Amino acid sequence: MEKNIHTIISPVMGTFYRSSSPDALPLVEPGQSVKPEDVVCMIESMKIFTEIRCGQTGVVKKILVKNEEPVMKNQALMEIALGEK
Amino acid sequence: MTFKKILVANRGEIALRIIRTCREMGIRTVAVYSDADMDSLPVKQADEAVHIGPALSRRSYLNQDAVIAAARETRSDAVHPGYGFLSESASFAQACQDSGFAFIGPSARTIARAGDKSAARQTLMALGIPVIPGSDDVIATPAAACDAADQVGYPVILKAAGGGGGRGMRIARNRQDLLAAFSVASAEAGAAFGNPALYLEKYIEKPRHIEIQILGDQFGNYVHLGERECSIQMRYQKLIEEAPSSFVDEALREQLGSTAIRIARAFDYTNAGTMEFLVDKDKNHYFMEVNARVQVEHPVTELITGLDIVRKQIDIAAGKKLGLVQADILLNGWAMECRINASDPTDNFMPSPGEITSVIFPGGHGVRLDTHIHDRYMVTPFYDSLIGKLCVWAPDRLQAVRRMKRALDEFEITGIATTIDFYKKVFETKQFQDGNIDTHFLEQMDNF
Repeated sequence: MEKNIHTIISPVMGTFYRSSSPDALPLVEPGQSVKPEDVVCMIESMKIFTEIRCGQTGVVKKILVKNEEPVMKNQALMEIALGEK
Repeated sequence: MTFKKILVANRGEIALRIIRTCREMGIRTVAVYSDADMDSLPVKQADEAVHIGPALSRRSYLNQDAVIAAARETRSDAVHPGYGFLSESASFAQACQDSGFAFIGPSARTIARAGDKSAARQTLMALGIPVIPGSDDVIATPAAACDAADQVGYPVILKAAGGGGGRGMRIARNRQDLLAAFSVASAEAGAAFGNPALYLEKYIEKPRHIEIQILGDQFGNYVHLGERECSIQMRYQKLIEEAPSSFVDEALREQLGSTAIRIARAFDYTNAGTMEFLVDKDKNHYFMEVNARVQVEHPVTELITGLDIVRKQIDIAAGKKLGLVQADILLNGWAMECRINASDPTDNFMPSPGEITSVIFPGGHGVRLDTHIHDRYMVTPFYDSLIGKLCVWAPDRLQAVRRMKRALDEFEITGIATTIDFYKKVFETKQFQDGNIDTHFLEQMDNF
């Protein structure tokens, strides 16, 4: 059965972070269940940190960007397989 | 001592600003740069340039070892840190000194003492310098809150000990208010931060952010250069500054100036520095913090005093005497600054990095523009959003307002969103034109 995929995109050009601070664990790992309000990554642009929320219920399928990599506005960051695990 | 070569440990407009003064003084300059700033104007204008790492600040402009190595490699005599980055790092100031370079700023010890905010508050309270009165400890019960409020005087504000952002925050104007507010604020704080603890502070009505620029040499000589009014802020970020302040009369200026110098003496402060105060509607003032560096908004003070603050910083660090007494400091006319940021006022001031496709600069009589941007300049997302400072000088405030409006109209940046159009609206409001401002001005502007 084909799964629906939700793609999370960056709202702004900046730097992609998988955790909320340099010493913290990644906010999510592939295979993890996520809810709409969950923060899945952070984007830093011009010293302002934006929390990126999942927006959907599902499972983290793929993280498309490496930690601390630059991202463009509207660039795909993560894929979420929709639905309960 | 005379410096022959200064390394500028910064980027953007402030790096350019420092290089300009060095060139006028006949001092050679070294720029340091990250991958993102390879083609920047400071790199072009400096006599030498050293690459210190990748775009991320943590790996370049905040990398103390890389900056010290660049200073050593280029045989620099001194390091100017600008603002932000390493400018208020006591360990960096110490590292410069240990490596044999003069740090153009206060001593490491002064930076550390002034930077420890609660210790600084205790030091200054002991000297009788007013700070915002408040409870020293967390308030556990409504009765304890009332006792604390009786001490500091109403109105008071309850704040959550566990976090900020307005949650757990309540203003109370009398005992009855306070009793009602306590349980609500405590519950809100508990829900928001998992910690119901509250503390209490005097609530300052219609506060203005007013700061005093000081200069001090290594021989205990101090002058103040008058005040800057910085009440036009968004989320604690200053956007428009002016000097003098229309709210400050000669008596208050003298009072704030002498208090600022007492604070400087308390910290053995040398070099240029700023003492920040909140001033309430009745002109009571409360110390907030020391900014142990040159500030973004220093040009407005330069414009009304005729002094080059960066030049003074360099001379002081080289061990020269101040050569000024308070009577030499004459404030002339009115200056204003608009911080041109790469952010989008129509989208909640979201950062707006990108390529500037074209730019037309304002100019003419009484206009000063400090900027590192140019046609086809790439505003990267790696550093803060300040891309320029538009300043004007005029004989009085009304003429300064008119000149700024004219200069903003001339200024055109295409390719990215900026704050230019937003400032045009601010300058159109009667409240701003009348100087009727406080730190809540921008939150309330839509109602004007």
